[in-house]
Amino acid sequence: MIGVRLYLAQRLSAMVMVPLVFGHLAIMIYAIRDGLSAAEILSRTQGSIFWGLFYGLFVIAAAIHASIGLRVLAHEYLKIGNTNLNLLTGLIGSGFLILGARAVIAVTL
Amino acid sequence: MLSEAEKPTAEFLDVAIWRGNAKRGVFHSYKVPQLENQTILDVVSYVQRHIEPKLTYRFACRVGMCGSCAMMVNGRPMWTCRTHVDRAMRGIMRGNPLTIEPLRNLPVIKDLACDMSGFFEKWTRAEGRFHPTRTRSEAIEAISPDSDARKAANEAIECINCAVCYAACDAVTGNKHYLGPAALNRAWTLINDQRDGGRNLRLSAVSGKGGCHNCHSQQSCSNYCPNELNPTMSITGLKRETTKAALKREI
Ligand code: SF4
Ligand code: SF4
Ligand code: FES
Repeated sequence: MIGVRLYLAQRLSAMVMVPLVFGHLAIMIYAIRDGLSAAEILSRTQGSIFWGLFYGLFVIAAAIHASIGLRVLAHEYLKIGNTNLNLLTGLIGSGFLILGARAVIAVTL
Repeated sequence: MLSEAEKPTAEFLDVAIWRGNAKRGVFHSYKVPQLENQTILDVVSYVQRHIEPKLTYRFACRVGMCGSCAMMVNGRPMWTCRTHVDRAMRGIMRGNPLTIEPLRNLPVIKDLACDMSGFFEKWTRAEGRFHPTRTRSEAIEAISPDSDARKAANEAIECINCAVCYAACDAVTGNKHYLGPAALNRAWTLINDQRDGGRNLRLSAVSGKGGCHNCHSQQSCSNYCPNELNPTMSITGLKRETTKAALKREI
């Protein structure tokens, strides 16, 4: 149960995520190719504004995208109605945001 | 050599017709004489005329014009007046009956007749009404049949309101507000009608909680539409136009 605004938000967040997903995959493969340790990775990400922004944006886009997608599923399969659906969307979105933000802070701060 | 079970069932067709009301129903079995050239509607009519006079079903034109005879045949939505038994039985294992049920996604009134009012209400909700821009005292506006807009409208216009697409659509099953492929397809023809003045009204009407954005683009509607229309493409058009209008803050 989505209108044009949620539809747009989901499409735009998907567009943001496409390059970020590929970037993330490429970096992962590149970084662990010679068996890099967690400490070595952290030494490069900690204090880096670039990685903070990269993964910060990723987390925001993923939280928006996933909460709208799950909203549709919750309505179509669990028949959750409007008010509860808005609540659930907000809850899932902020949940992902908090979890993601914790991870980003942990590796970049 | 053919086994007993594999032998053709002589001249009788085993038919299972769903009979019941809004609350419950069951399949009833009938034996219908098989003809060389026989439509599903012929089978249903035979049962009603010769075996079960109380069997309720709808039809009118018998030639694929009126859109009133659609039913689920072997689990698929079809127009029954133009579907031959042979075609409907293709891919069905020998020994299984021809099953006929009321259309999916619509409340049953009795037997094979569904309540279509919700389906048509959604046409109104999708602003499927023409909004004239001229009065009867003005000259009729000339529309070039070659214009892109008219071509797009023509591609989607031959809808017979049969609700086959509506029965085929899982988004309709999942979301009772969803306007459905037929109503949205109608809205798209009007968006492309240069004489119509209700564009933004209609774009708003198809952008709510049951609007075009709830379509999953899996094309079941286009797959089953007996007139070979492509509601999915119409809905994609609506998604595009509503997106543009929303970005320009017109809706
Ligand atoms: S493409 Fe859209 S309208 Fe067509 S059947 Fe799928 S969800 Fe329904
Ligand atoms: S779009 Fe096709 S399937 Fe749907 S109501 Fe019109 S003719 Fe029937
Ligand atoms: S009876 Fe009119 S379309 Fe089938």
